[in-house]
Amino acid sequence: MGSKEMIAMLLAGGQGSRLGVLTSNVAKPAVAFGGKYRIIDFPLSNCINSGIDTVGVLTQYQPLVLNSHIGIGIPWDLDRNNGGVTVLPPYERSSNADWYSGTANAIYQNLNYIESYDPDYVLILSGDHIYKMDYEAMLDFHKQNKADVTIAAIPVPIEEASRFGVVICDENKQITEFEEKPEHPRSNLASMGIYIFSWPVLKEALIKLKDQPNCDFGKHIIPYCHNEGMRIFAYEFNGYWKDVGTLGSYWEANMELVDLIPEFNLYEEFWKIYTKQTMIEPHYVGENAVIKKAIIGAADQIDGTVENCVLGPGVIVEEGAVVRNSILMRGVHIAKGAVIDKAIIAENTTVGENAKLGVGEFAPSKLSQKVYAFDLVTIGNDSVIPANVSIGKNTAIHGKTEESDYPNGLLESGGYIIKAGE
Amino acid sequence: MSMKALGIILAGGNNTRMGSLSDKRAIAAMPVAGSYRSIDFTLSNMTNSHVQTVAVLSQYNARSLNEHLNSSKWWNFGRKQGGLFVFTPTVTTNNSWWYRGTADAMWQNIDFLKERHEPYVIIASGDCIYKMDFNKVLDYHIQKQANITVVCAKCPEGDDIKRFGVVKMDTDGQITDFEEKPMVAHSNIVSTGIYVIRRRALIELLEQSNREGRYNFVTDILIRYLGMKKIYGYMLDDYWRNISTIDAYYRTNMDFLNRDVRMHMFAEGAPIYSKAMDLAPAKYNEGAEVKNSLIASGSIINSHVENSVLFKKVFVGNGCTIKNSIIMNGAYIGDNVYVENCIVESNETLLSNTSYVGKDSIMVVSEKQNRYGV
Repeated sequence: MGSKEMIAMLLAGGQGSRLGVLTSNVAKPAVAFGGKYRIIDFPLSNCINSGIDTVGVLTQYQPLVLNSHIGIGIPWDLDRNNGGVTVLPPYERSSNADWYSGTANAIYQNLNYIESYDPDYVLILSGDHIYKMDYEAMLDFHKQNKADVTIAAIPVPIEEASRFGVVICDENKQITEFEEKPEHPRSNLASMGIYIFSWPVLKEALIKLKDQPNCDFGKHIIPYCHNEGMRIFAYEFNGYWKDVGTLGSYWEANMELVDLIPEFNLYEEFWKIYTKQTMIEPHYVGENAVIKKAIIGAADQIDGTVENCVLGPGVIVEEGAVVRNSILMRGVHIAKGAVIDKAIIAENTTVGENAKLGVGEFAPSKLSQKVYAFDLVTIGNDSVIPANVSIGKNTAIHGKTEESDYPNGLLESGGYIIKAGE
Repeated sequence: MSMKALGIILAGGNNTRMGSLSDKRAIAAMPVAGSYRSIDFTLSNMTNSHVQTVAVLSQYNARSLNEHLNSSKWWNFGRKQGGLFVFTPTVTTNNSWWYRGTADAMWQNIDFLKERHEPYVIIASGDCIYKMDFNKVLDYHIQKQANITVVCAKCPEGDDIKRFGVVKMDTDGQITDFEEKPMVAHSNIVSTGIYVIRRRALIELLEQSNREGRYNFVTDILIRYLGMKKIYGYMLDDYWRNISTIDAYYRTNMDFLNRDVRMHMFAEGAPIYSKAMDLAPAKYNEGAEVKNSLIASGSIINSHVENSVLFKKVFVGNGCTIKNSIIMNGAYIGDNVYVENCIVESNETLLSNTSYVGKDSIMVVSEKQNRYGV
């Protein structure tokens, strides 16, 4: 195969357990975002927009939706004779068969894939963030500094820096120290988990640390390179970069898109975000519909009220239904008279007539306070909510629920019903 | 069933009854129903009927059409077997003519017809909006042992029958009378411009006509051979519209506000494909007030829209009223603009505080204003 200057390895194997039922049978990078996209569309589009035409996507957790979304890479122009997108699941060898046990271990298990392109540089990406970034500019920075490793870093408010891995640099942006979630941060530059390695450096480190259990970039590879005295630089990124790893941040990032002039603008011609589109027809707005401050997807049929919402493609909101402050993913059907406030409803779920979602007072989640803690109603994909039930805040539902699952027609705040997935 | 027929789409024509709408593009490239172009319907019907090889014959103002067809993958052509071919007139040692008519357009590409191996040809035009399984008419054609089968439909209500070929059939379906654009119509059955014929028979007829200096498929072949060949009519009973007048174009788009039409075209059966534009979903801001309208991707709406079709990437500013209108791709409508009974051309800019009203007929708005001031 012809050699490539830089190829990308996109880590898409994680579950993203803090997205709760949204990821019970969908890998986090395949979770819908912004009406028509999936999270992985952002790094994939960044790659092609940056001139990177060879991308290995490492999958492991629940890959079906992800695999069918990526296909042979047509939407991103990554269907190539030489290079293009390749999905890389774990595989069996003559001597052993291992799952990917850590981010770096996943790359180590695909050394031969990288070798086949004989690259000078390897870009490591994750499928967890919403952002537009030119990786080519980062590569120029890497080359200018004759760096061994370059880490993309974003300035964050200093009071929030203790949630991140921060890097401490000299005046030339060479990194002198790392601090992982420091109590008293000495820098506000947070690592974005985006790395460019000179390939010989990465290869050596991966082989040296091949027996390290759960080998991870942040915990093992980068510290190893640091201890070996390699040249590690921080590439400062000053654009929009949003972690959507928790239900709260995921909901917020979607809601920001309906602002009059959103900070993250998807309507620009420059740096388009590409995705696989299965529905292309226009949406229809009925005679009695009310839509304000909303993103409305293709093929939707809106006859009710939709305010401050992000709707995916193929969504139906029947007459008299009221949906506010919510995210409805593709194919969600809201029946007549249903009232929904602050909900995230995953793909192909139906909500019955006159159901009330997001009612009552706050109560902590009985399933996981860490996951369900934003007053949200979270409903997994292909679920059914029967007619006339009421559902409180901080609740989680997944599966085809029936009236009998709701004592007195009610799921109280903090409650959950899990009838599908694991 | 595959490989039994190849497709030819006649997309060359212009029509003065399209007025300034066809200044910009061939009729086959007219935007339709918010997200599509006219030719998408025939192309999708072909691909959904497993017709794998399709030739589009175009000449008039073909840039928009060529741009739309620059990749065949959206309609699932571009396979090793078959493909999508766009043929415009070319100068060769023995020919330097434009396409002089529909038969001539096919004759000028007769090598293509000769080199294929599919036994049948489906000929269709690029200016009709319908959904059809071509296998059914092919089966009918074979069962009737017809020489040519013409797909027919009832003249759409409110349309001008005098612009169509008007057909009479006997009880068996054989066409007994075919009048092209008659002054007085003796039937309400019209030809849809879709024909089935054996490939060998088509080659023969085209060569014969060319020798005689005849160039039009309908008048010089279909009507001339009416008594000599077995020419059958096949009724298409579903929704079918021809868009090649301003009025028909307007009404066809408005038809999509009707739920039954949308269900038939979008939800039931095989899908209609189009080129992916990678636009963000439509966005409604605080002042948006939309009733009974179709809105395509990439649009941003700040005010009042009713009984209208907004194509892709339309911007509607504050304080506007858009009523009973069609706003084509990329139009920018400033603040406090009033638009009623209009077709606003693609990429048009309507300056703030202006008003456009079609009084007795639909008004085509083509102002070519500078969007960004002086």
